Amino acid sequence: MNPVTATDPSVPAPAASAPLLLEVEGLTVRYGALTAVDSVGMRLAVGRRHALIGPNGAGKSSLFAALAGAQRTAGGQIVLDGQEITGHDEAQRAKAGLVRTYQHSNLFSGLSVLDNVRVGVERTEGQPLRPWPRRRADRRIVEAAIESIERVGLADRLNAPVSALSHGERRQVEVALVLACHPKVVLFDEPTAGMSAAETHHFAALIESLPDTMAAIIIEHDLDVVFRLAHSISVLAAGKVIASGTPAQVRDDPAVQEAYLGSGRGDEPLFEEVSR
Amino acid sequence: MTRRTGRLRPAGVLLLVVILAAVPFLLASYPVSLGGRILAFALVVVSTDLLTGVTGMPTLAQVGYFGVGAYSAGLVGIHWTDNLIVQLAVGTLAAGLLALVTGVVAVRTAGIVFLMVTLAIGELIHQVADRLDFLGASNGLVGIPAGTLYPGGEPLILAGYTYWWALLVFLLGLTVAYVVAKSPLGLSMRAVRESPTRLRAVGQSTYVVRLVAFIIAGAIAGAAGTAWTAQTRFVSPGDLAFSVSALALLSVVLGGAGTLWGPAIGAAVVFLTRDWLAANYFTGHADLLLGIVFVLAVFLLPRGIAGYQLSRRSDPPHSGAAA
Ligand SMILES: Nc1ncnc2c1ncn2[C@@H]1O[C@H](COP(=O)(O)OP(=O)(O)O)[C@@H](O)[C@H]1O
Ligand SMILES: [Mg+2]
Repeated sequence: MNPVTATDPSVPAPAASAPLLLEVEGLTVRYGALTAVDSVGMRLAVGRRHALIGPNGAGKSSLFAALAGAQRTAGGQIVLDGQEITGHDEAQRAKAGLVRTYQHSNLFSGLSVLDNVRVGVERTEGQPLRPWPRRRADRRIVEAAIESIERVGLADRLNAPVSALSHGERRQVEVALVLACHPKVVLFDEPTAGMSAAETHHFAALIESLPDTMAAIIIEHDLDVVFRLAHSISVLAAGKVIASGTPAQVRDDPAVQEAYLGSGRGDEPLFEEVSR
Repeated sequence: MTRRTGRLRPAGVLLLVVILAAVPFLLASYPVSLGGRILAFALVVVSTDLLTGVTGMPTLAQVGYFGVGAYSAGLVGIHWTDNLIVQLAVGTLAAGLLALVTGVVAVRTAGIVFLMVTLAIGELIHQVADRLDFLGASNGLVGIPAGTLYPGGEPLILAGYTYWWALLVFLLGLTVAYVVAKSPLGLSMRAVRESPTRLRAVGQSTYVVRLVAFIIAGAIAGAAGTAWTAQTRFVSPGDLAFSVSALALLSVVLGGAGTLWGPAIGAAVVFLTRDWLAANYFTGHADLLLGIVFVLAVFLLPRGIAGYQLSRRSDPPHSGAAA
């Protein structure tokens, strides 16, 4: 047993020669006097799924906002696929391949499912500023969007406005839109919150089917989902990474037991064994 | 609430164009000239809707760019050429250029702040027109010669001819607006309206989308201004007053924001209420009458004239290029 503690917040390099897609160091977010994210570091190799867990208010969403460039940082460095993107704005980071979803679904809710995903495809493969239609080019974009929508299993809701979809379906649109952006690293913020058991299962299968050329960080409260999907886990508490490592290492880390259950209740199992 | 660009039905559109084109044969000279001015105002309102309804940027500046087009056309007519096509080109370009210069700052803001900035732009243009002597200051720009269509051609003096020119410019501007709304840029504009944060998270700069939309809308308003001058052969600072900007924005709401054709009809209703109904039957009560129209609209047509149409026909959702 060799738990990785806060003094060594980096995730151990996973597969032998897998190149790193994301390297974060010393990332800090402050809201006035409150330090919501306190010098967080993390590394993510290609093809890996990393889970970020921790109590409410730990700073998980703030960390994502800072990574995505939507939140000003008080320090830190972000390197995406060997390219320093710390100075990039939000749109530039997404363009470079770091794409996030929101904890509270944020889509183009008045537009159809197809149009939502078209926005993403148009940005990556089309000409989002061309002020006239062009039959062949536009059809190509529509086809690519439909492909992405089929992949998440929403082909029958193509023309439904997003505002008419269920919560789970909206999450599927989020994934389709994210995939349409050709991301290198995806940040999922509590993707299964509010989903039914069936929807959660479907979603986990979807995440497992993502191409292994990308990597993902998933904020998730459902520990079944965490243990099903994650190759590695970091635990965030009060803005700090208090543990990081393989699922087994994190599960047995006393600091995690402390943060999650408080002292004196260590006899209860924190994580149930999950049969795969 | 889903707002969508109305679908064009070729037969219906053709019928409408034929009816609009037949107006000079059916009505007397005064109603025809009123119709021509309505077309110019309706195009300003369409440009307002392109920003307000399609892009989600309620604006009060469009009448200002309309004024730039109107004064430019007048100056070209007085000092250079009576050719209407040249006047249209210069007026459109001048308004588009000013929209670029002012938009660089204005579109950095959003919501109420943007509304206030556009109000300031409109007032600034109004004040400039009211002060500068070579624009006729408060007397307005007079002595604009009747326009011609080609060198050596007959000047368009009769109300029917200037009406047809206004109709042509209106249809041209409306077509541009529809083409833009159908394009990838139109999709980006609707995306800005629905969620600017999400659009940035997808990797698209919302600033650029907003700025391009602002320039196109400004240019269309400028084109409308040249059509106005071609008919009235007189531009007064009062034509660009704040009250006109407010009426343009209210016409958008009345007609159904985001549908383009709805606001054009809303513009006709507003203009007819003010310049025909109020002028002939309720003299001096134009504001009261407009107030009643808007109150009625809020209660009877919460989604505007176009909303009433759309819900009755229950169109399938607009799916852009796939349609
Ligand atoms: N925009 C903000 N302004 C001020 N404080 C914030 C803001 N967003 C989050 N916080 C605070 O920062 C802390 C971390 O919040 P958050 O990142 O949402 O945590 P988590 O996603 O882990 O629940 C909380 O104490 C929260 O109240
Ligand atoms: Mg959160």
